[in-house]
Amino acid sequence: MKQVLTGNEAFARGAYEAGVKVAAAYPGTPSTEILETIGREYKTIYAEWAPNEKVALEVVIGASLAGARAVALMKHVGVNVAADPLMTLSYVGVNGGLVLVSCDDPELYSSQNEQDNRHYARFAKIPMLEPSDSQEAKDFLKLGLELSEKFDTPVMVRSVTRISHSSGVVDTEEPKTPPVPIEIRKQTSKFTMLPSFARVRHGVVEERFLKLKEFAETFPGNRMEIDDTRVGIITAGISYQYAKEVYPETSYLKLGMVWPLPEKLIAEFFKKVKKVIVVEELDPFLEGNIRAMGFKPKAGKGVFPITGEFNPLILEKSMKGKKFKAPEPMYTETLPPRPPNLCPGCPHRGVFYTLRKLKVFAAGDIGCYTLAAYPPLSSLDTCICMGASIGQAHGMSKALGDAGRGKFVAVIGDSTFLHGGVTPLMNVAYNKSYATVILLDNRTTGMTGSQEHPGTGYTLRGEKTHKIDFAELGRVLGVESIRKLNPWNLEETEKIIKEETEKNAPSLVISEGPCMLMRREFKHYNKPLVVDPDKCIGCKSCVNLGCPAISFSRVEGEMAMTKDGKKRKGVSHIDPTLCPGCHLCYQVCKLGAIRSQEPSPMLGFETV
Amino acid sequence: MKNGTTNVLVAGVGGQGVILASDIMSEVFMESGYDVKKSEIHGMAMRGGIVTSHFRFGKKVYSPLIKEGEVDILFAFEQLEGLRWINHVKRRGKVVMNDHKINPPIVNLGDMDYPKEIPELVRSKIKDFYLIKGTDLALQLGDVRAANVVLLGAISRLFEVEEDLWLKTILNYLPPKVHELNRKAFAVGRAQIA
Repeated sequence: MKQVLTGNEAFARGAYEAGVKVAAAYPGTPSTEILETIGREYKTIYAEWAPNEKVALEVVIGASLAGARAVALMKHVGVNVAADPLMTLSYVGVNGGLVLVSCDDPELYSSQNEQDNRHYARFAKIPMLEPSDSQEAKDFLKLGLELSEKFDTPVMVRSVTRISHSSGVVDTEEPKTPPVPIEIRKQTSKFTMLPSFARVRHGVVEERFLKLKEFAETFPGNRMEIDDTRVGIITAGISYQYAKEVYPETSYLKLGMVWPLPEKLIAEFFKKVKKVIVVEELDPFLEGNIRAMGFKPKAGKGVFPITGEFNPLILEKSMKGKKFKAPEPMYTETLPPRPPNLCPGCPHRGVFYTLRKLKVFAAGDIGCYTLAAYPPLSSLDTCICMGASIGQAHGMSKALGDAGRGKFVAVIGDSTFLHGGVTPLMNVAYNKSYATVILLDNRTTGMTGSQEHPGTGYTLRGEKTHKIDFAELGRVLGVESIRKLNPWNLEETEKIIKEETEKNAPSLVISEGPCMLMRREFKHYNKPLVVDPDKCIGCKSCVNLGCPAISFSRVEGEMAMTKDGKKRKGVSHIDPTLCPGCHLCYQVCKLGAIRSQEPSPMLGFETV
Repeated sequence: MKNGTTNVLVAGVGGQGVILASDIMSEVFMESGYDVKKSEIHGMAMRGGIVTSHFRFGKKVYSPLIKEGEVDILFAFEQLEGLRWINHVKRRGKVVMNDHKINPPIVNLGDMDYPKEIPELVRSKIKDFYLIKGTDLALQLGDVRAANVVLLGAISRLFEVEEDLWLKTILNYLPPKVHELNRKAFAVGRAQIA
């Protein structure tokens, strides 16, 4: 049957058709929808959100050693977290087929870096397949599982945003039962990487690598398309599609397997065409390895950009160089940008408004709240990786000593805290710093589109489960001062943050405001607030909350004066279709110009 | 358009239903026997950011991204987002634009103005320009969320695909309780382009 599937949906379909039994992931753009699709569509697969990517891979290793086919799915930086088990898994190998899908994010649409995960395959000495469209996404996931069993190795399948989030026509098939029986097998010298066993396994890894190299030479996914032989392009993945679009009549060596590389096939291609060009996004991975074999491509990274995502225009521009003539633009004025923003009513807004007011440095983390770095909130000051905020705050306390008290905090979301924040919080208590950690508990994994985690009380498929009590967890880790606050109550928020940051002891402040998009957490939303245009003096106090529901318009003439004669440059307006009634603006307006439509003003919401 | 590839760029703001509209178009043209590709950016888009979806159909489609300057039809759900991508449109391309404005944060802050008279500007550059009151018409039908189906109704007039296939595909994507509303929304939209 033919279906239009995104790359991510196609990966999920491939797992289903290959008889995968266990799938685990931590959400991360652009990989999230693979496990979401499995959870929704393919009930024969056990699927779970793991607390982080390392755990996800370890779960999948267990399933594979028990003979099941299994997949771990993550974004590029997630592989860094899972790198520890990955590197040694290469030595251990598999029983049931094991595939790790890494979704890279060239152009950083929603990531903190642009790393090229092809290096991981070379680093771990394992094969990597790279699909160029949705059909190949499905096919290569299945093939990856077969290769994994055939060569006793984990296999990586690399996607990029443009593969994961693009759709194409896919031929679907019915699932098949995998060949490996599911049972416990003791294989101590293969599974237990004590130095004496691991030494032997390293030798096995090197032999396996030579066999994989041989396989790459005849693998049909590595194919030559010989047409006009004046130029030959070596490429893989999404870059193949861009190149075919711009140069449909040239010759190609299209690599479906980007590690290990087929040296003989590459040699043959060099003989068949006059000059070779290597086309690849990000690092010169193919080019560098091809040059190391002694071949001399005419062009590669000297011509194409090393940063960002490609597209057909970039390709044409790079190839033509000075001869390129840019299309004449119709319109050249600068337009207002539209950066992503915290939603109207977002529980994070009150906390960051307060941090800005208190001029506190906020060591930040990964999540929606990272957006508080942008004006007008401008109150998040670092972002490195999952869980990094807490370690940084601890380090700052040690560097600054007493002089730093009251001057900085760590801010971290609930999902991020459970992913990578528990261990550093343990360290804060153990090594006795005075760091204040603000846990922004919005009861979901917000940035990636609301996924469950161990603090929500639900599993991926919506079953009820144990729900972590963050205060209890903090206490067990050794934090004595634990406070809860309502982030929509600005007075309370300011008081608690002030008190806790001044203490000479670690503290955990739990901001209890569910994500506005989590309908199940709210009994109801409130009535929208209203600006009284007779009273508003255009001071922008409310506008500076950075709420998308509040706008400011300049006024002239008669309107440039309030009813009681105060001069003004403009007035605020609240869009009633966007405002969920959080009442933050009501609290910051010193003139009483923002009116509540509730029987008595609410400081936040009635939550479940 | 019949033999080559047709390129449609759908643009709007997170939450407007841009992605659903392009999903529906992909399905319609696959069912009509074409190769289709579609590509979009989401992830951070939910939070009021720019959303674009590149949709292409033809005999064989390679790149999921449309080359700048090669857009046959720009399908804009919002005025500013229409103007933002105008340079991607072919000289003889078409523009279908929702007559609706959503202020970006910088405009709300009063630091930049929302560009004036966007429809007039686009009309001066593009001969085949259709300004559709998608949001207003959906509000008249009782639900602003039907705006994307009103707009699909309008753009459907620009293709030689049967009306029934459009309607069947649209309703397939929506829960039964909103079928009647969206049937009307599609018909109202279709009547906007002669």
